[in-house]
Amino acid sequence: MTERSLRLAGVVAPTPRRATSKIRHSSIAILNFNWGVNVQNPYLPYPVRIDDITIETEDKNLKTFKFVFLNSEDEGNFDYNAGQFAELSVTGKGEIPIGIASSPSEKGFVMFTVNKVGLVSSWLHAMKVGDVMGIRGPMGNWYPWENLEGKNIVIIGGGFAFTTLRSSIIYMLDPANRSRFKDIHVIYGARTPGMLLYRDELADWEKRDDINMHITVDSTDDPNWKYNTGFVPTITEQKAPAADKDTYAIICGPPIMIKFTQPVLDKLGYSHDKIIMSLENRMKCGIGMCGRCNIGREFVCKDGPVFTLEQLNKTPKEY
Amino acid sequence: MKVIQIDKEKWADGLKKAADSYRLFGPVKGEEFHNFKELVKGESPDLAYLNSRLSAKSIIYPQSEVMFEYSLDESAEDHHIMKEVDKDYSQRAVIGIRPCDAKAFVLVNHNFDTPEYKDPYWIKACEATTLVGLACDAPCSSCFCTTAGCGPYHEVGLDVLLVEDADNYLAKILTEKGEKLINAAGWDTAADADAAARQIETGRQEAEAKITAFVDTDRLKAIDTNELYKAPFWEDVSFSCINCGTCTFACPTCWCFDIQDENRGKTGMRMRNWDSCMYPLFTVHGTGHNPRGTKLHRVRQRFMHKLKYYVDKYEVGIQCVGCGRCIRSCPVNIDIRRVCDLMNSYGSAKDTCAV
Repeated sequence: MTERSLRLAGVVAPTPRRATSKIRHSSIAILNFNWGVNVQNPYLPYPVRIDDITIETEDKNLKTFKFVFLNSEDEGNFDYNAGQFAELSVTGKGEIPIGIASSPSEKGFVMFTVNKVGLVSSWLHAMKVGDVMGIRGPMGNWYPWENLEGKNIVIIGGGFAFTTLRSSIIYMLDPANRSRFKDIHVIYGARTPGMLLYRDELADWEKRDDINMHITVDSTDDPNWKYNTGFVPTITEQKAPAADKDTYAIICGPPIMIKFTQPVLDKLGYSHDKIIMSLENRMKCGIGMCGRCNIGREFVCKDGPVFTLEQLNKTPKEY
Repeated sequence: MKVIQIDKEKWADGLKKAADSYRLFGPVKGEEFHNFKELVKGESPDLAYLNSRLSAKSIIYPQSEVMFEYSLDESAEDHHIMKEVDKDYSQRAVIGIRPCDAKAFVLVNHNFDTPEYKDPYWIKACEATTLVGLACDAPCSSCFCTTAGCGPYHEVGLDVLLVEDADNYLAKILTEKGEKLINAAGWDTAADADAAARQIETGRQEAEAKITAFVDTDRLKAIDTNELYKAPFWEDVSFSCINCGTCTFACPTCWCFDIQDENRGKTGMRMRNWDSCMYPLFTVHGTGHNPRGTKLHRVRQRFMHKLKYYVDKYEVGIQCVGCGRCIRSCPVNIDIRRVCDLMNSYGSAKDTCAV
């Protein structure tokens, strides 16, 4: 068994969904102001230590970081749902918004897979196990798990946007949750076999009979490649179940994949309220205040990042 | 509502007394313009001004402020852990802020004080601040406050409204905070309530009659966002823009910010700085993709945010108080009143031409 699947053997019941009326914050400190109001500082990260680093892809540009909270009570405060994100705070460099790749059903750590692309992510890639940094969150909304109960779910992912989809799959496959959902399909593609994330887990899921895996690569010269070859939209057309009132698609991937997958889903008859997407935009605060990630009146960080296509159709396409 | 009559002879003495328990801020003339500054003890604000070049927003929301500090020295116990910094939130009063700038804080508050998240720096500074407004008897030609949900005698957001005549200030006390400040200054001569009310009402009517610029905002909410977004006039509106960002820095209702870590040796500070939607870096992704990659995108974002997205999101009107600063400061004469008209009349019979 892989390290990750061993980890899965110890999973416990999922955390209850947070009441939406609760003030969302990420602070460890409660500031008592002189007029007696308690305001928690949503900009203050929880201190964490890097517990493990895994190189995910053959180009070494994607690494998975496993963090543990320095103060154990912070793990309880960092109460998240599959589909949310957090700001990773590299002290002295800045913060980056990254989807949470671990599942709420996995305890004792949180996990993020980061593409090396800018100042902060490059610095993070150079950090070592044991280094101290911060995490601020959880942030944003999540895949609408309560509405998805009793439904068929088709997960469509491409490239390194598979992180919150991994979180979602682990969450749904958890013994405490699997019976809440009907058929689960996963269509996941990368450029080459070596660019797929979480390859050990993908292989484990392939062996299970309670999840239908459709892994694909754009192309490969590996004679032992036993899965699909072709772009995600093509494989979606071939493998995705036909639309019905109980079937939802969750899509996360690069803009080009989304652009060509959507017409396929239209052709298959998926209505736009059953196509669920997760967006990315440049962010700083992560809590709807700094003003840059909006699409129309919606903040991707706070009102999203998860939207139905029906909702997105009403906003300018500034993502 | 209680009105205090302050003899101008007692003005400076009262301020001096108030300065014992408040940090005082007010308009001060520099070489060319008035701007808000912290007053040194004994200094009086220069109330013979039209309006300040920059708004008063930096008193509550500084252009640059420290959020946290940290050590990068691995031999230090708490290295790489963000720590709160001590900040001065002792009570402060702004003397002579214009009603438009005070109303702007009420609009911006919708962004920083939300049901889900509270910005502690904003909230603490607001709580610490008493706003003593100066009614505007000589509005500028570029002011359009009366149709922007505000006005030269507008009281929303203020703790005290000052109305000036030849020998006195009438101080209309609007909140408990306002009363506390007036008491601290020792101004205790009650004005005749009816006469004061009449004087203030007459002043208000005369001042409002001097406003000559107006905007219509009645259709903004009903117009479809995507239709407005695709309107052809954005090409003309943005044509001359040089993305300098002056409008956003001068604006009392612009709140966008950036967060940056600044290191010096083995220590550093996490800072928050004003930012501007006019700059390409504001939205560029790590990959280089930029959802607002052209100046048309950025100019449209500024006006759509103020006049459509904000209107739809908070349902408290436009995110503008009509102070006219962006009109006066724009180096290429982009005029928000014109853009507002283009947006408001879009698709209607009186659809106006952009050029």
